Amino acid sequence: MATDHTAHHDAHHHTPSFAQRWLFGTNHKDIGTLYLVFSLVMFLIGGAMALVIRAELFQPGLQLVNPEFFNQMTTVHALVMIFGAVMPAFVGLGNWMIPLMVGAPDMALPRMNNWSFWILPFAFLMLLSTLFMEGGGPAGGWTLYPPLSLQGGNSIAFVIFAIHLMGISSIMGAINIIATILNMRAPGMDLLKMPIFVWSWLITAFLLIAVMPVLAGAVTMLLTDKFFATSFFNAAGGGDPVLFQHIFWFFGHPEVYIMILPAFGIISEIIPTFARKPLFGYQAMVYAIASIAFLSFIVWAHHMFTVGMPLGGELFFMYATMLIAVPTGVKVFNWVSTMWKGSMTFETPMLFALGFVVMFTIGGFSGLMLAIVPADFQYHDTYFVVAHFHYVLVTGAIFAIMAGTYYWLPKWTGFMYNETLGKWHFWLSTIFVNLLFFPQHFLGLAGMPRRIPDYNIAFSDFNMISSVGAFGFGLSQLLFAYIVWSCARGGARATDRVWEGAKGLEWTVPSPAPHHTFTTPPRIDDRELAHGDVSH
Amino acid sequence: MANTTHDPNVYYVPHGSKWPLVGSVGLFLTVGGFANWMNGSTGLGQVMSLAGVAILLWMMWGWFGDVIRESVRGMYNRQVGVSFRMGMIWFIFSEVMFFAAFFGALFYARALSVPWLGGVGDGAATNAFLWSGFDAAWPTNGPAAIGGDFGLIPAWGLPLLNTLILLASGVTITIAHHALKAGQRTRLLVWLGATIVLGVIFLVFQAEEYVHAYRDLNLTLGSGIYGSTFFMLTGFHGLHVTLGTIMLIVIWFRCLKGHFSRDDHFGFEAVAWYWHFVDVVWLGLFLFVYVL
Repeated sequence: MATDHTAHHDAHHHTPSFAQRWLFGTNHKDIGTLYLVFSLVMFLIGGAMALVIRAELFQPGLQLVNPEFFNQMTTVHALVMIFGAVMPAFVGLGNWMIPLMVGAPDMALPRMNNWSFWILPFAFLMLLSTLFMEGGGPAGGWTLYPPLSLQGGNSIAFVIFAIHLMGISSIMGAINIIATILNMRAPGMDLLKMPIFVWSWLITAFLLIAVMPVLAGAVTMLLTDKFFATSFFNAAGGGDPVLFQHIFWFFGHPEVYIMILPAFGIISEIIPTFARKPLFGYQAMVYAIASIAFLSFIVWAHHMFTVGMPLGGELFFMYATMLIAVPTGVKVFNWVSTMWKGSMTFETPMLFALGFVVMFTIGGFSGLMLAIVPADFQYHDTYFVVAHFHYVLVTGAIFAIMAGTYYWLPKWTGFMYNETLGKWHFWLSTIFVNLLFFPQHFLGLAGMPRRIPDYNIAFSDFNMISSVGAFGFGLSQLLFAYIVWSCARGGARATDRVWEGAKGLEWTVPSPAPHHTFTTPPRIDDRELAHGDVSH
Repeated sequence: MANTTHDPNVYYVPHGSKWPLVGSVGLFLTVGGFANWMNGSTGLGQVMSLAGVAILLWMMWGWFGDVIRESVRGMYNRQVGVSFRMGMIWFIFSEVMFFAAFFGALFYARALSVPWLGGVGDGAATNAFLWSGFDAAWPTNGPAAIGGDFGLIPAWGLPLLNTLILLASGVTITIAHHALKAGQRTRLLVWLGATIVLGVIFLVFQAEEYVHAYRDLNLTLGSGIYGSTFFMLTGFHGLHVTLGTIMLIVIWFRCLKGHFSRDDHFGFEAVAWYWHFVDVVWLGLFLFVYVL
């Protein structure tokens, strides 16, 4: 009977009106859907901005846009992708899946959950509106370093308040996730039996609550320096612009793990399913995530090696940063070991997961190169950095989000997506994304600076290749949007289990998942957990 | 399957509510109005932000009202109570981290950036070429003496008194809590009322101190890094004390109406935790802003 209760489309099975369900709702699945749709829209908007950037960089010289607008595009592209696309996508996946995975009837604080979401559209309305204001949007880079960020148009006030709103949304979302995981697990779902995705979100949520307020503090100081005569970042008054960089990156480095830890979780769910083996080293995976999270708090200044720090500081931050390779290596080793001698099949989620493992590792290695202080003096602020963080964020975070979407889409909609198109999407994305970002390593090593609309003609070829890759990758994502849309509308019926090797509570409920699940707590069967029986 | 009954074994998943969306609109108007205001669109900005604040107040009245009604009707079981408690604890943790950013700025200025400007360590060239003649000391408004000469507020006057007031208020709210647990209503109302009075006195003293600083001492937000850290830290703290006092007043009326039982009074606990949090932040402020 419950199979008729599709979460997506039969909007009237509970007889709430459209507004009651989508505007005033408290259901974790509906709110998760809102987050995911919002994130897709932001992904396409941010992607369009990236295409403006790559179109301008297709050839040396100034062609399409003026430099001021180019700078606005790099700045707003980053803010939209980080706060509008990647983070809400993970929150959406968490909203949908965490209650299903731990056997909870909903999120712990369902109304606040809705508030967390509904702040976001307003925040981005405010951020994007700055592009149309006199003087344009923010153009000093998403890191908002003073004094540059305070020397642009007055739209900075709107940007700062938009960031405050995003922060409020993230903090409330994170509080909800922690309360759900710690308080709402079904009896028998011990902490060390939780799916890795849930673990990754528990730790991510802690990071969010710890650092989003720090960002709020940093941008508040920017605001008062600009409008209320304070001197936090003004050396003449005894302050220091570098102070902003310290506070910002105390937020910013944990932030990059906020964008990758849930991805680790997703990959750790998918690989065991399609390798048909329990996850290798479950507890080591949990401890690795926790170690990475801890280290994220003591490495921030590796973003600032060239700013002029005492030598002792440079050495500390270099070694601490390199330490991160250890737990990350544990994770990659465990993913590979999970696949070792597995009965592997290569459906789209698995393809994206494998793409993640390979390409995220490339991004990890270039990160290790950047961690080396003397090398970083050469790489800093070049396209090498751009290549690095796009490998970890696009082929890392975004690929994991797509892997997760394909993996759970049949559970959400009750229909299978089109597997052929899914594979096309994967291969097009993978080929083009490498065409897009791999040459940027060479550009950076050769000395091409980031955030500049023009370049030496010596960089022409690689830039042209990169731009071709960008348009190919961008257009491939329209295919993704189409696949998701058509899967929501119909297709082959999905079974409850969906994937032959899938384990975990979320696969014990019908597909599509009924509007309300686990109203009474389920019984936990250890053999049904994705990482196998861990009690031995 | 949908379950919105009051079965104590079932987690109460609340019905839909318009308040989250109303709150989002309120926040948007409030901060959008402020931004316009700062950018010179004063009239529009004021109307927008006042409307936003009004909407937020309406939202809080309505939302908390809904929750209180549901609570009084017994729709929340223990597990729901645990979720509320966790929510409050992690919210307070986020507030701690917000203050940490400003304390971090204070420590950085005092331990690093001001000495560097004075020529310590790597700052020798900075001092020699850009700010020669600047002697690093604290308090300072920087090598350009931004904001002009200013006086200081001595720690052992009003700030010490305020410290004692807040510490005393921590005691009074604890006595009130014990009274609540013991079911002694009058004692509860008296001691909770005393806490409110102490909070208000603190705020009055703080306001007096600000007036004194601005009018007599030329100590303002614009007094370089000292003025910046002094007013932002004490200002945000004062804002939190104001919020805490309002929360205390709300729960005083809720105590009057008998909303709290001896063993279930989350609203009271949450406010008490918050009050202790502003108390602890003040101790940090007293030590690092006033004494040292």
